[in-house]
Amino acid sequence: MASVGKIARRTFLIGAAAVAGGVAVGYYYYRKPFPNPLEADLGKGEATFNPYVKIGADNTITIVAPRAEMGQGISTTLAVMVAEELDVGLDQVKVEHGPASYAYYNAAILEEGGPFAFFDEGMTAQAVRSGLGVVGKFLAVQATGGSASARDGFDKMRQAGAAARHLLIAAAAQKLGVAAADLETANGSILHKASGKSLTYGAVAAAAATMAPSAEVRLKDRVDWKLLGKPQKRIDMLAKVTGAPIFGIDVRLPDMLYGTVKMSPRFWAKPVKADLAKAEKMPGVIKIVPLETNYGHGFGIIAQNTWAAFRAADAIDAQWADPEYPLGSAAISDVLKQALGTKGSAMRDNGDVDTAFADAPRERMVEADYAVPYLAHATMEPMNATARFSDGALDIWCGNQAPTLVRQLCANAVGIGQDKVTVHTTFMGGGFGRRTEMDFSLCAALMAKETGGRPIKVTWTREEDMRHDAYRPAAVGKFQARLGDDGMPVAVDMKIASPSVIASTLRRLFPSIPPVGPDKSIVDGAYDQPYTIANYRVSGVAAPVSIPVGFWRSVGSSINGFFHEGFMDEIATAGKIDPVEMRKRLMAAYPSAVKVVEKVAAMAKWGEALPAGKAKGMAFTLSFGSWVGEIVQVADTPAGIRIEKVWIAADVGTALDPGIIEAQLISGAIYGLSAAMGQQITFADGMVEQSNFHDFDAMRIFQCPTFEVAILENFHKMGGVGEVGTPPAAPALANAIFALTGKRIRTLPLSTMVAFA
Amino acid sequence: MRLTVDGQSFDIDADPAMPLLWALRDLIGKTGPKFGCGIAACGACTVHVDGQPVRSCSLPLGQVSGAVTTIEGIGTADRLHPVQQAWLEEQVAQCGYCQAGQIMSAVALLDEIADPSDADIDNAMGGNLCRCGTYPKIRSAIRKAAALKTAGL
Ligand code: FES
Ligand code: FES
Repeated sequence: MASVGKIARRTFLIGAAAVAGGVAVGYYYYRKPFPNPLEADLGKGEATFNPYVKIGADNTITIVAPRAEMGQGISTTLAVMVAEELDVGLDQVKVEHGPASYAYYNAAILEEGGPFAFFDEGMTAQAVRSGLGVVGKFLAVQATGGSASARDGFDKMRQAGAAARHLLIAAAAQKLGVAAADLETANGSILHKASGKSLTYGAVAAAAATMAPSAEVRLKDRVDWKLLGKPQKRIDMLAKVTGAPIFGIDVRLPDMLYGTVKMSPRFWAKPVKADLAKAEKMPGVIKIVPLETNYGHGFGIIAQNTWAAFRAADAIDAQWADPEYPLGSAAISDVLKQALGTKGSAMRDNGDVDTAFADAPRERMVEADYAVPYLAHATMEPMNATARFSDGALDIWCGNQAPTLVRQLCANAVGIGQDKVTVHTTFMGGGFGRRTEMDFSLCAALMAKETGGRPIKVTWTREEDMRHDAYRPAAVGKFQARLGDDGMPVAVDMKIASPSVIASTLRRLFPSIPPVGPDKSIVDGAYDQPYTIANYRVSGVAAPVSIPVGFWRSVGSSINGFFHEGFMDEIATAGKIDPVEMRKRLMAAYPSAVKVVEKVAAMAKWGEALPAGKAKGMAFTLSFGSWVGEIVQVADTPAGIRIEKVWIAADVGTALDPGIIEAQLISGAIYGLSAAMGQQITFADGMVEQSNFHDFDAMRIFQCPTFEVAILENFHKMGGVGEVGTPPAAPALANAIFALTGKRIRTLPLSTMVAFA
Repeated sequence: MRLTVDGQSFDIDADPAMPLLWALRDLIGKTGPKFGCGIAACGACTVHVDGQPVRSCSLPLGQVSGAVTTIEGIGTADRLHPVQQAWLEEQVAQCGYCQAGQIMSAVALLDEIADPSDADIDNAMGGNLCRCGTYPKIRSAIRKAAALKTAGL
């Protein structure tokens, strides 16, 4: 086991939180369990067994699913893990998000943070991986991201259910005076078959909770699973079809005020002049207060209703200081291109790339330049949070992906101890990485200091949301390949330049911690792909542009999936090899990858002739531990290119809920296609030019293709599902457009070159 | 100003220029209709006025000419509207934020066309954005709802 100190000193960034947490605490701390946060807040007659299970005397069974539900179905899947081992039906349990607590740290989110491909199971890779898991516990980040929640919960949640069941049986055995081995459980009851006697869990819960948990509980074998591995009815579905008030924006408290923010449209810039008089006098406006956070500067508008606040925000006349970054998109892109000309750090370097290219004949070379734009998350629910600051304590309600960070940063912002902050995590109207940010929580917390103790709900306009994101960074890439006599690549050199997501996140969350080392996310999705090429180098350069960038569904893989797989398609074309065939050959050392490619090709009947005016393209990306191949079929229509059909094959190792996984794969693909078709965030005068869905739209129902999905379970490790559908979508579409039109588009969005129906 | 919402009458003291959405959400506590864009570009705020689907974020209170129905008025957890029932059975929602608006558009569509074609669905639902990409399930749920409605369920 590599020591944590050693890992922290390594020169790569393993995630903002890991670097930020200070690793001074001794290793023993890792071994010591966190206290059970449920003990503080038990209802009458309720007993708790561990941070995940509460059982009431009335047999009400509550499962805590401590990951944020943003549509990915995680609350259902986590609850099923506990229910499976506890031997209760999903309809018998209540599921809660639970409090912000270090007990709910996410270890898996960091496990893949080291500079190793997922399939690299060498000694060093494994040591760092488990070391990073330890770091995850040290920093105790209760976070939802990295497609890691199911993987993180898989053992913990099942053990929680099994341990509770074990104790319930022991208590029942005592009460009935029979041997524990003669007892069976089903549907929340314990049965003594011989005597026909039975007890509910609730009847023995209090007694069971006082017993010492046994060190060893055996988990069910997969063949005995009743719930896991099968599609479940989502626990949140009824609320969502009846319009129930489950989102942050729906929070209503007695005596509540409403508000919004107007932050500098130039990032980090302060107001140099502001005339608030007109806005302050508008009907319904109570007060306008200056806001200063690590995210930027601006004003908070406190009002009687949201609309009054919106109108007042509009009426604020302010001038903002000059930005510290180039004013417009062209100048920003120049900085990226310059960075591309500097020496990067190679995260993959097989063979001897320089020598392989030194004597390459022109006709054997393939060269290409790629580029992608900044992107907004544009979650359906605009940023918002509700806060109440009274009697020295802060309560904050919001949909967020990292409650322990919300607690820590809001406590600092209002100047109280963390123990005085309560975070109530609601459902999220979309996350996609945006709700890992703290800006909306910080603004609400600061504004709550100005209301004399009244709660305030602070809702951002869509315009404010679009113009103050932590964007998916723009990126540029330079690619070259040398082909062998058989048309297969013998050398590939890839270099990518992009602003660093990790450095940018650190500046917002922990500005006192300097970022060190290269940011692996710049090359994620390019350096870690299951291809064997004799000379194969992938390097990344962090470009110095300080526009805030953050975690956008699939992060680096959203960029590099397009770069890597677009370029692979170019290599296949130049080498006159079928792109599916070429991949199978290059992936021969990775059977899981080959099987995915074969499966998706078979589903799409790849290789069969299509009628004129139709074509297919394929792409493959391994990300977040899942191996995903996608094929897109496009058709030429009088109104433009239509995306007709998408086939997806994904090896997720273990499929815990095939229904939810299929929905996530489709969702991820649509998210990627939306961006590839038409989305870009551009800059002029230091400000984002787009403002709402009219100029930053996403796929609509009339553009939506049909989908066919296959879920495979060949690889021996479980992969994530929330993000993995996104990376191959853009390149599969671009490759299909090339097959249809002969036009190789290397810059997103595609709509700058072709029209979509 | 008097406003009828989900069969109940409300007295509202507000600027007639205030969009119906904010009167519903902030003044009378109907949070079913959602705020997504404020410019009639996403459909999250869709409600019915006299049975017609409207984007409440862009309809000033002063121009509301009839009875308003929100998602809370078409069905409840124990008495679901056939469209809600179909949504439940097809497991449509992901984050769910757009779904109140989607359902209101679908209810209006099926009230007008009992057995809509793909093109009818495209026309009626094109203004409702879903960032989670639930469109394939929305399409199948509308078909199912049409069948449920015709069967009189
Ligand atoms: S909020 Fe009304 S259409 Fe978007
Ligand atoms: S379900 Fe999330 S926006 Fe539609």
